[in-house]
Amino acid sequence: MKKQTPDNPADNSLSRVDGHVKVTGAATYSAEYAVPGLVHAVLVTSTIARGSIKAFDLQEAETAPGVLAIITHLNAQPVPGWPAPKQPAERAPAGTAFRVFYDPFIYFDGQPVAMIVADTRERALHAASLVRVTYQQEPHQTHFEKNIGKAAIPLNVQRSKNSPFQDYTRGNAGAWAQAEIRIEAEYTIPTQHHQPLEPHAIVAVWEAGDKLTVYDKNQGVKSAQGQLAQAFKLPREHVQVVSPYIGGAFGSGIRVWPHTVAAVMAAKQVRRPVKLVLGREQMFTSVGYRPYTVQKISLGAGKNGQLQAIVHEGVGQTSMYEEHLERTVQGTRTIYACPNVTTRYRLLPLDVNTPTWMRGPGDATGMFALESAMDELAFALQMDPLEFRLKNYAESDPERNLPWSAKALRECYALGAEKFRWENRQMQPRAVSRNGMLVGYGMASSLYGFHRHPSKARAVLRADGSVTVQSATMDIGPGTGTAMTRIAAGVLGMNAKKIRFELGHSALPDAPGQNGSSTIPSVGSAVYVACESLKGKLLALAGEMDERFKAGRQAVVRDGQVFGSDEDKDGLSFADILKHHHLNELEAAEESKSGAERDQYSMYSFGCHFVEVQVHPLTGEVRVTRVVTCADVGAIINHKTARSQSIGGVVGGIGMALMEHSEMDHRFGRYVTSDFAGYHIPVHADIPAIEVYYIDKPDVHVNPIGSKGLGEIAIVGVAGAVANAVFNATGRRIRTLPITPDKLI
Amino acid sequence: MTDDLDDTSPDAASEDRRFFLKQTMFIAGLSMAPADILHAALAPDDGPVGNAVKARISLTINGRRKRLTVDPRMTLLDLLRENQGLTGTKKGCDFGQCGACTVHIDGRRALSCLTFAVMQHGRKVTTIEGLSHGEQLHPLQEAFIRHDGFQCGYCTPGQLMSGVACIREGHADSADEVREYMSGNLCRCGAYPNIVDAILEVKKEGRKV
Repeated sequence: MKKQTPDNPADNSLSRVDGHVKVTGAATYSAEYAVPGLVHAVLVTSTIARGSIKAFDLQEAETAPGVLAIITHLNAQPVPGWPAPKQPAERAPAGTAFRVFYDPFIYFDGQPVAMIVADTRERALHAASLVRVTYQQEPHQTHFEKNIGKAAIPLNVQRSKNSPFQDYTRGNAGAWAQAEIRIEAEYTIPTQHHQPLEPHAIVAVWEAGDKLTVYDKNQGVKSAQGQLAQAFKLPREHVQVVSPYIGGAFGSGIRVWPHTVAAVMAAKQVRRPVKLVLGREQMFTSVGYRPYTVQKISLGAGKNGQLQAIVHEGVGQTSMYEEHLERTVQGTRTIYACPNVTTRYRLLPLDVNTPTWMRGPGDATGMFALESAMDELAFALQMDPLEFRLKNYAESDPERNLPWSAKALRECYALGAEKFRWENRQMQPRAVSRNGMLVGYGMASSLYGFHRHPSKARAVLRADGSVTVQSATMDIGPGTGTAMTRIAAGVLGMNAKKIRFELGHSALPDAPGQNGSSTIPSVGSAVYVACESLKGKLLALAGEMDERFKAGRQAVVRDGQVFGSDEDKDGLSFADILKHHHLNELEAAEESKSGAERDQYSMYSFGCHFVEVQVHPLTGEVRVTRVVTCADVGAIINHKTARSQSIGGVVGGIGMALMEHSEMDHRFGRYVTSDFAGYHIPVHADIPAIEVYYIDKPDVHVNPIGSKGLGEIAIVGVAGAVANAVFNATGRRIRTLPITPDKLI
Repeated sequence: MTDDLDDTSPDAASEDRRFFLKQTMFIAGLSMAPADILHAALAPDDGPVGNAVKARISLTINGRRKRLTVDPRMTLLDLLRENQGLTGTKKGCDFGQCGACTVHIDGRRALSCLTFAVMQHGRKVTTIEGLSHGEQLHPLQEAFIRHDGFQCGYCTPGQLMSGVACIREGHADSADEVREYMSGNLCRCGAYPNIVDAILEVKKEGRKV
């Protein structure tokens, strides 16, 4: 339980295995593949939010120099996996993913309506500026509050009785009205966008024999391969997706989006490799977002601080054509011991593009509301907010009535509180000021479900004693290759420098996409079992060479050699074992997946955040001045990179709390915050030093490596902790994010 | 459409002056000159590029003299990425708001997306590819690896070019100062504290950057 510093030699952390290529600019991201004959595509997007295209005037654009093709719904070659458009054309019914250049209808502002393909980017951009579109405009609905009456149970949920998004009640649904101390309030989080620094980009290449290779920004090469194969009706193996370096995504790359399909269409139509890079403004309407969500929470407790009732209702935004569902209210069923809990989840379709998962999807939204409400109720009880949470600590999962696989949240609270010096917190707001600024402390809990998907990995020992480990997993930033290298090095007793981990290519062994904090739990387990299997084969070969290594003896591996025991000094190198057996390489491939333990235990990652803010009493400016974050995710695989992931989550949470807000001009149904000047994310000056602590005890029930996901719990709860600190500093309870100065003055 | 000549010939300097004269006319005329002057200032025999004409420039990129013919609409960033194969310089926003495209022009940090390639005539441009000496990394590159000053790595070249400039400018004496002078470089992964630590360490070591 020590503070994580990047240079702590005791933890034996690896620096990133791709550090060198990233600091020298040698890492190749999706838009950076120099394919011979490459041409450039630029999207022209709609300027209305609802209606249909009446006509195009393409004369000027078509005759502009360098233009190879202009693709619209009128001339696009049909995508073979899509049904033929209806005649006469009909709007896509709810539940249909948006199909680009398919019909004349406009479903949202910023929708692609035409695509220019030209020999240079400058020429494509210029020609795009010459495209004229006339629309038949229809009234659009983009204003959440004005339409909230239309919120309804999602169709997906109506159709599925066992959906986790069904209304939920345990205990007495009317218990809140009888509780001794009650609070009830509404919380709003606005639309927020992932905005990774790398814009989404693709280079699409059709090769002879109807084979397709895409260098694409996504979070899952295997799912992208499957989706493209389906859309273009190709055998899966005819599609290769190559994505070894991803410049951040945070959820924006989980799906295959229309622009990816558009680039593939364009490459087919012009018979040349096509590059398509989204402009920053297009990143606001092309790759999803965290949906605008309004929640109502009713909390009731006894005077002793025992929770008696929680009612949590959430309404999330979606598009008219598709439903996006999130866990917004579901964490509330699990996190605290409370006998009477009711949750309800609704969706409100608007004339916008479909939202998607964004770091801590649903939980980051829901826990902002719940953890704000917990703080508010603690204050009503005149109880310390941490003590209030401990009082309602769930010793087992109150939703599923199962024991936790492991839960050290109590230890997280204790460690975080100690390091933060929480005991110095004053109950009364506005009690502390420093240098003319109001100082406040806030805290919040975090949880995120454990996700482990079937994963495969292959480990190959080469004649030179090096090992290559492969899996079609991804690295959108957390340092997947580094963590996997560390797992392999641990199992094989090898120097990490002699191990190479390959990812981000669809030809590699099956792995899930990088989302839902599932990579280490899933792929880490596969790498572990593949390396164990390789070790077993190696020991068997060694046993044939020397009695000391025979099965049933105490043979061990270390420093790339097999030894008869831990004390044995006379080893046999891996390379010599292969040489003796006349083998060029030795391979082991394994699959790893969950078993019956999923029904025996409830599995979650847990954590908590402690935040100090300083608020200017006149201007309402909020500065986060100190953060301590503590997580229980089972075993930590590589401390250095884990620590960075935790810090990144806190930074994202500070953005969510204080600045991120995609603001729409509802007259046009268009975002006015469509660049980094309008959509603010934290910059260097917004972020203080952040202390990270882990409990670092393996969860023996979840998987062979005892490790759970970290990516999401790093952000879940942070916005609540900031809001609670702002209350403690100012006495103002801000329930609508972001907490901008106008809300405090 | 870009003719790339690595130029080491001895008379390059005199030719350079000729290019330079044309270029200053071009730059001065970019916003207000009538079209015929603009055409005269450029190389008419190269024919049109799009609806514009080509311009010849000479500049130094990472110590190598280049003579290039460019579309005047092309940014320095696109010249580096699309024509010179120097993809280490990143395009994050193309609006000058994120800092991912930071390079050094004549030793000063600059946003390559906010400046046209034709404006670099006679200038010396250093990109991330020119920061290290062969295999020997720059001290700040080493410090970034040591402190884990990045996650996805996309903003990293810009952070490094800015970080080096920040130290050279004398703006790396405290964490707060570094935060202020690095705030033009966005990092969505949130590697900020580690980046600040790396810059402070290199500054403290007093090594030549």
